[in-house]
Amino acid sequence: MARVTLEDVRKVYPNGFEAVYPCSFTVNHGELIVLVGPSGCGKSTLLRMVAGLESITEGEMSIGDRVVNDVDPADRNIAMVFQNYALYPHMTVANNMGYGLKNRGMAKAEIEQKVNDAAKMLNLSDYLERRPSQLSGGQRQRVAMGRAIVREPDLFLFDEPLSNLDAKLRNQMRIEIRSLQRRLDTTALYVTHDQVEAMTMADRIFVMNAGRIEQIGTPSEIYHHPQSTFVASFMGAPPMNLLPARTTGNTHVELADDLALPLVSHVDYAGPVQLGIRPEDVRLKDGGDGGTPFKLDIVEELGATRLLHGQLAGHAFTVAIPHEERSFDDTLTLDLPQDALHLFDHETGRRL
Amino acid sequence: MADITETSAPATRATPAAPTRRRINWGVIGDHAILIAGSLFMLVPVCMVFMTASHDPVTIHREGLQWWFGEELEANFSAALFERGGFTDTVDGMRMLTNSLILGVGFAIGKIIISMMAAYAIVYFRLKFATLAFWVIFTTLLLPLEVRILPSYEVIQSMGLTNTYTGLIVPLIASATGTFFFRQFFRSVPEELIEAARIDGAGPLKFFIDILVPLSRTMIAAIFIIMFVFGWNQYLWPTLITTEEGFFTLVRGIRQIVQVIADGNAIPEYGQAMALAIIAMLPPVLIVVFFQNWFVKGLTESDK
Repeated sequence: MARVTLEDVRKVYPNGFEAVYPCSFTVNHGELIVLVGPSGCGKSTLLRMVAGLESITEGEMSIGDRVVNDVDPADRNIAMVFQNYALYPHMTVANNMGYGLKNRGMAKAEIEQKVNDAAKMLNLSDYLERRPSQLSGGQRQRVAMGRAIVREPDLFLFDEPLSNLDAKLRNQMRIEIRSLQRRLDTTALYVTHDQVEAMTMADRIFVMNAGRIEQIGTPSEIYHHPQSTFVASFMGAPPMNLLPARTTGNTHVELADDLALPLVSHVDYAGPVQLGIRPEDVRLKDGGDGGTPFKLDIVEELGATRLLHGQLAGHAFTVAIPHEERSFDDTLTLDLPQDALHLFDHETGRRL
Repeated sequence: MADITETSAPATRATPAAPTRRRINWGVIGDHAILIAGSLFMLVPVCMVFMTASHDPVTIHREGLQWWFGEELEANFSAALFERGGFTDTVDGMRMLTNSLILGVGFAIGKIIISMMAAYAIVYFRLKFATLAFWVIFTTLLLPLEVRILPSYEVIQSMGLTNTYTGLIVPLIASATGTFFFRQFFRSVPEELIEAARIDGAGPLKFFIDILVPLSRTMIAAIFIIMFVFGWNQYLWPTLITTEEGFFTLVRGIRQIVQVIADGNAIPEYGQAMALAIIAMLPPVLIVVFFQNWFVKGLTESDK
């Protein structure tokens, strides 16, 4: 059983740059946690701290029941898959996978057994005697996975493992990694900047921004209840529309002087806010009363959906509609469902 | 690319007027002329040495270098290789060949080991003055053997290492160039590889032997070629440090043969000297040919 617990873990580089602000969380056994965020947000640093490749400035980290702050990476019983796979170019696939075991002093026959098992699991049996240079990108990726598997670690660490693959292979590997992790019942931390990977693979997502964890939650929580404008705009493609608006302390939010939208519940706060709404939550209105006028500029055809870009109350706004919708005039009327409205603090961006 | 555009442009112009006539491409001819002249310049002296080596010393002494083969080729070569000569009559060509090989190989391997280890320390360990240390090593490029020959000799002599292979090789193996090349190479090894090795439980020594050394094989081959030839051609230091003829290298031996003209007014064994010169040329050529194959293979099989 491997739980990973971080208590007020913090990373400050010698030059004073605070890469990771103090953060605390627990990863339960068997969970796949995705750390997602823009580049430079500290997600890789955090992962490398768990791996032991970066020192921990402050705080306490434990894997299982053991505090690992000062434990060498090799002794943490973890396995890491790197973005560029970091396979040893001069070793065969079998040696690549078995190198860690060999260094642990495992018997040759046992290593071979484990390597063969892992190779079978990953469809690499025919390639065991090849060098990494003779493999395709996807196969290399699998060798890197194999190297992680044979160690039977308590914890898998993935550092953007799919970003060097083409889109099709990436989708396939995403599913493979997920099912493998489930089958092996191993806790995993997975770093990516790709929100699709985050949404599809994670049991829980940690959204990071500028060294801080902005939100922890299941993919659906993250998507439907973003706790800040950052999360709202980072997760989802196209991102959530964010419009300046104001509340008046009752059940309405005003986009403009003559444009007020009803809210689900009463909001006490009065003053400027940011109003968020997902493009796909917006409906086109066929007529009738009410609705919000929308000036259409550009239509993007995506096949399954269409994206309508335009202006709403003088601000850029995007609407995603199913492909079977009709053709469009320059001015449309939108229906903004009240349960799809998100309100965020004007200054801090936190959810209200 | 430039070549293609140059050749095709006149061709298209000429085709409609006179389809059968090909224009002479002076550019290509000029290039080849330069190349041919260059190779002749390099090869003719070698051929002359080889041909001269097949004559007896009297002919050579009278007529100078020869332009065709004589009768004495075999005799000269076997004499050069197997006839004991020198002042003490103990050293033959084979002995000198062995000495030269020991010097060349020892020199090259020593340099590779020392400079690899130095570069490893500089690149991978958080030493306080690593950069400074590197630049100090690098500035020794300004202090070749010729500059420090007296102190070096003094040290070796006081250690009693004259007339030993150790004395012959060790003072020469510290190499700024080698350290520099390996440093640059190590710095290009991806960081993740080191981290993967750390997670795989490879300590500094294992990482060096299991991963860094195999990765550097092409570098090692390249430096081996350069350093072997460099060591093989050493003249000044062996002359100084070896006084016993049993330690003479080939390069020294050649001179020794010609020396007799000054010593004893005899006609030197020119033919043998030429034969010895050919023999002295062969190993570096073979090394280059052999390792070049290997080198190119290593480069094309690029697996990084």
